[in-house]
Amino acid sequence: MKHLWVVLAIAAALSDSSRAQEAPNAENGKRLFLKNGCYECHGTVGQGGTGPRLAPRPLAAPALTAYVRKPANGMPPYSAKVMTDSEVADIRAYLATIPEPPKNLPLLNP
Amino acid sequence: MAQPTKSVDRRGFLKGAALAATAPIAIAPQARVATPANVTETTAGTPFGSDPRVTERPGADFMVDVFKSLGFEYVFAMPGSSFAGIHESIINYGGNRAPEFITCCNEESSVAMANGYFKIEGKPAMICAHGTVGLQHATMAIYDSYCDRVPVYVVLGNTLDAAHRGGEVSWLHSVQDAASMVREVTKWDDTPQSLEHFADSAVRAYKIMMTPPMMPVVLTADTEMQENAIPSGEHPRIPKLTLAAPPQGESGAVAEAARLLVAAENPVIVASRAARTPAGMKLMVELAETLQAGVVDQHRRMNFPTRHPLNQTLRAGVAGKPTTGAPVMEADVVLALESSDLYSTVRQAKQRNGALKVISISSLDLNHKSNYQDFMRYTDTDLSMAADAEATLPSLIEAVKRQLTPDRKRALETRGAKLAQASRQAQQKARADAAYGWDASPISTARLSAELWAQIANEDWSFLSDTFWIRDWPLRLWDFDKHYQYIGGSGAEAVGYMAPATVGAALANKKHGRLSISIQTDGDLMVANGVLWTAAHHRIPLLILMHNNRAYHQEVMGIQGLANRHNRGIDRIHIGTKIDDPNIDYAKLAQSMGVRAEGPISDSKDLAAAIRRGIDVVKRGEPYLIDTVTQPR
Ligand code: HEC
Repeated sequence: MKHLWVVLAIAAALSDSSRAQEAPNAENGKRLFLKNGCYECHGTVGQGGTGPRLAPRPLAAPALTAYVRKPANGMPPYSAKVMTDSEVADIRAYLATIPEPPKNLPLLNP
Repeated sequence: MAQPTKSVDRRGFLKGAALAATAPIAIAPQARVATPANVTETTAGTPFGSDPRVTERPGADFMVDVFKSLGFEYVFAMPGSSFAGIHESIINYGGNRAPEFITCCNEESSVAMANGYFKIEGKPAMICAHGTVGLQHATMAIYDSYCDRVPVYVVLGNTLDAAHRGGEVSWLHSVQDAASMVREVTKWDDTPQSLEHFADSAVRAYKIMMTPPMMPVVLTADTEMQENAIPSGEHPRIPKLTLAAPPQGESGAVAEAARLLVAAENPVIVASRAARTPAGMKLMVELAETLQAGVVDQHRRMNFPTRHPLNQTLRAGVAGKPTTGAPVMEADVVLALESSDLYSTVRQAKQRNGALKVISISSLDLNHKSNYQDFMRYTDTDLSMAADAEATLPSLIEAVKRQLTPDRKRALETRGAKLAQASRQAQQKARADAAYGWDASPISTARLSAELWAQIANEDWSFLSDTFWIRDWPLRLWDFDKHYQYIGGSGAEAVGYMAPATVGAALANKKHGRLSISIQTDGDLMVANGVLWTAAHHRIPLLILMHNNRAYHQEVMGIQGLANRHNRGIDRIHIGTKIDDPNIDYAKLAQSMGVRAEGPISDSKDLAAAIRRGIDVVKRGEPYLIDTVTQPR
């Protein structure tokens, strides 16, 4: 829980100034990540799929927002009409809650 | 008693009898043509199809002799009256051995099973179907095998002589030219007019289908010819089958290819359907090692060991599909072996390096059809051989060896060491990548693959489903070093191929005692899940893990992409694409068909024990299905 607060604080600090007073909502971000289809290409915990891995350590908020508005190659664009800046910030907050993967997994030894 | 409203032939009669056992059947009087000597005539003037006379030696017996001479181990078929003569002769006269009748629930499955069987066994199987309604079902899978360069021996039943068709059903099941429906996607077909003709065409069809590029062929067997006695005095002969040696690259072109490859600083070998047989895989290794060249395996077949130090596939991006990744981008010479999409493979690399030399060896240059577009975009090449890659490899290897000087060899070894290092790093990266989402629910496809590998690594295993849908994790994480360990995916990217091809391939593995396994997509299984029953009925050992993402996920992403581009409705993508509400219970589905099963499993911690239970059952000779609820990809 403590970890989450730290993460949220960082996420809030990084989000754009127009909504700096309102902390991004990671829970809503998770909901949007699923509802708006990010999980389809990036996996439900941003582990990667057809699209690249997004978490842990997601792009900084401005870069992430800029990316989803004008993505490269295979990623479809999300305009502000279908997903607001504050919703993107919530998604980023969700991605920031995702922990590092476990280390030295025996099943992943050669 | 009520009068019947329509006359029926024997096929129609059987069907009618099943529908309404009490309805009387009228038989329209009609003269039979010939009365061969070995027919015991009991009733004169009855129509074809309800002929009550005893026929001691039907034509179909001879047809079965022909099939036996060709060495078919299995015939895959859903029963159908137009080839009932062949069916009956196979099970009685032929003793249901070589070929043995494998009961299928859909002709599309019959063909896909024959496809999977061939990819493991290297021997073709035959399928039987009605020339009309059966072939209509089978068509997608025939196209798929055509694109996949897999020989399938298709035998159709049809009643050509209109005067001898019975009632409505017989007419509905008859066609002038049965094979016309699939002529665009088969290599050859014929409709023999006599048994002698049948044998001639049967052997010819086999030979044509087995000459690269291998493809399905069709033989239409007339129902009368099947069911009536071999005409007295006729002693049809079965011609001798001699397969054509596969076409090799012309010697001058082979020498030139060797020269380009030896001189190249960064040659890369890109293989799609190069290794047709286990020997092909060995030759691939020999060529790569002789040249110390990197290999990118596009995995339409198992071409190259996944952990070989020269394997650069992981650096190429997505395995199994045409690639524009690093090994090709860095190359100065690309050797493309039976490439399925050469244009996409080299397009970006050519843009970047105008001097890039492209050598192609492909038997597809010997195939000229125009309607279906499987030939792909025309590609600029510098040297092109209309030849079978596997058959050309020995002479190419010799030519390379002849041109290698000791100095050049030393330089190549340095290159090989660098490639080995790059390949090791790519494998480490794959393992690190697999850890992300490790404990996720739905289960990550990496975790599913790693858990399965842990249980099978020490077995003699054979993985029988396309890895594309699970981000190639098995190919990225496991040690594939045998030809039969992977069969590639569907030639035409056709949904409905995977499940039956897997079962057909598992049938081929059965006598070798191999552990057959698959990670089966849900949408594909729902196309023709009757193959589960076929697997249970014929005791085909196979462990199926569901990749149950509860969607036609490729289309989920496709519709999402369009909705976004059109700037609307980004949250309504589930309509028409999801396979949920209700969720399908695949364990119950399998159990209902006699396949032992468990699940759904959503917690990855439960996987290992379930897989062990499954392997136990499979080792006892039966199929087993585990429903695992998975991440989209
Ligand atoms: C239809 C598939 C698809 C969907 C849906 C999708 N993405 Fe992507 N995304 C991609 C692909 C593919 C790329 C990589 C594009 C490239 O670089 O070629 C990507 C890249 C990204 C990147 C850049 C990653 C990096 O490190 O460079 C971000 C951030 C991202 N996506 C966020 C999102 C978010 C947030 C959503 C949902 C609102 C989303 N994506 C939905 C396919 C998708």
